Amino acid sequence: MTPSFTSASTLDDALAAVASGARPVAGGTDLVVGARQGKAPLPEDIVAIDRLDGLRSLEVSDAGLRLGTLVTHGDIVANADLRTRFTALADASAIVGSHATRAKGTIGGNVMNASPAMDTGGPLLCFDATVTLRSATGERTIGLDALWTGPGKTSAAPDELLVAVDLPAPAVGTGSCYVRLEYRRQMEIAVVGATAVVVLTGGGVTDARIAITALTPTIRRVPEAEAAIVGTSGDADAVGASARAAAAAAAPISDVRGSAEYRRAMAEVMATRAIAAALTRARGGSVAIPASPAMYGAKES
Amino acid sequence: MKVAATLTVNGTSYPVELDPHISLLRAVREELGLTGSKEGCDDSECGACMMLLDGAPVNSCSYLAMQAVGKEITTVEGLAGDEEVGPLQRAFLQEFGVQCGFCTPGMLISATALLRSNPDPSDEEIRIGLSGNLCRCTGYDGIVKAVHRAATGDVPALRGAPVHVDATPPHHAG
Repeated sequence: MTPSFTSASTLDDALAAVASGARPVAGGTDLVVGARQGKAPLPEDIVAIDRLDGLRSLEVSDAGLRLGTLVTHGDIVANADLRTRFTALADASAIVGSHATRAKGTIGGNVMNASPAMDTGGPLLCFDATVTLRSATGERTIGLDALWTGPGKTSAAPDELLVAVDLPAPAVGTGSCYVRLEYRRQMEIAVVGATAVVVLTGGGVTDARIAITALTPTIRRVPEAEAAIVGTSGDADAVGASARAAAAAAAPISDVRGSAEYRRAMAEVMATRAIAAALTRARGGSVAIPASPAMYGAKES
Repeated sequence: MKVAATLTVNGTSYPVELDPHISLLRAVREELGLTGSKEGCDDSECGACMMLLDGAPVNSCSYLAMQAVGKEITTVEGLAGDEEVGPLQRAFLQEFGVQCGFCTPGMLISATALLRSNPDPSDEEIRIGLSGNLCRCTGYDGIVKAVHRAATGDVPALRGAPVHVDATPPHHAG
């Protein structure tokens, strides 16, 4: 076969191309890099979807947040309403790759790459995100736990294109945070990551979502960690108990970025930081975005 | 099979025949002969290949050239004026922000993007902003000082004859 490249000018063109076997590319920050690293060769037939301006909108409303698939990490970080209401997502997008990656890398590509180490995954999961998958024959909306089936694997059919990510509005009193353990400020992938989304009502924690990243084959919430903090005042003992429960769910692998033992040990540390920072934000306190460098002692900018 | 395309680099349009899966970096270096942008890791780790695409930074080793068709591409050759290197480049020279020079084109492009989005960055913001660019000489202090100096605008002309930058490609294989 001869390699081919087409640039779709309408969504229908793009859907027809993927239906006939082409792989979509938007920012290229995973697809092309993956080919360079030898993970998977570039697909023979590529359809670029990055000129479909209708898939680029970012809408924050009373109903929540709708991200078109082409919204970049840079777009996410730049939106003030999003940073206020979906802070953990901004924490994550702010540390994806470098400014070059964030200018090109899209939320749709990030979600469909299905890395267990992706930064935005924990925040999206904890904010109850759903994704809309469209094909030439129809459309369906599913949760991320139904989408991600394993490292780099999704339940999407080859002819389906992710077109939008929807997050319902968080409850009043919500604070959230994503942190990762990193060796380098940029162009880094999470060694361990943790997300917390907590709701404070009258000084008590009435709801909590806690997820762990780069610790299980797919990013997952940990109900035991959530149960350990709901119904408490969010004091240090409760934060510690919740973080220990989150770490207990870790089943990490050893790879170039860290051994399983190290990851397991750091899981509790990162979960503690995420939960504590989410509580601080829920109480109206200030933690800079992104939270990760702030917690390593960097000056706030 | 190669396909006909036009790439617009530093304001000049180049008709070329491109392998549909060639990276933007290889197309600019090998097809256009503009070799200022460097291939370091070829893996989006080091930033040596960084270019601007419609003003936004891109690691060109990991971007398909065909996706850049119709967009304004800026390489390090485009940062200089007709006769003289630009103020950011002068600041790199004056603050010893260049050692072996391999990372410099990417550093300059990255710093250009940083200064456009944040014209008065703190040293910490410069360090974070440029941390997608690796300098294996580890000459970061000079680089940070240079970006800081460029931000303040205190970059006098170089002494001696103007540094001539030839931005025209030595050969054009298209």
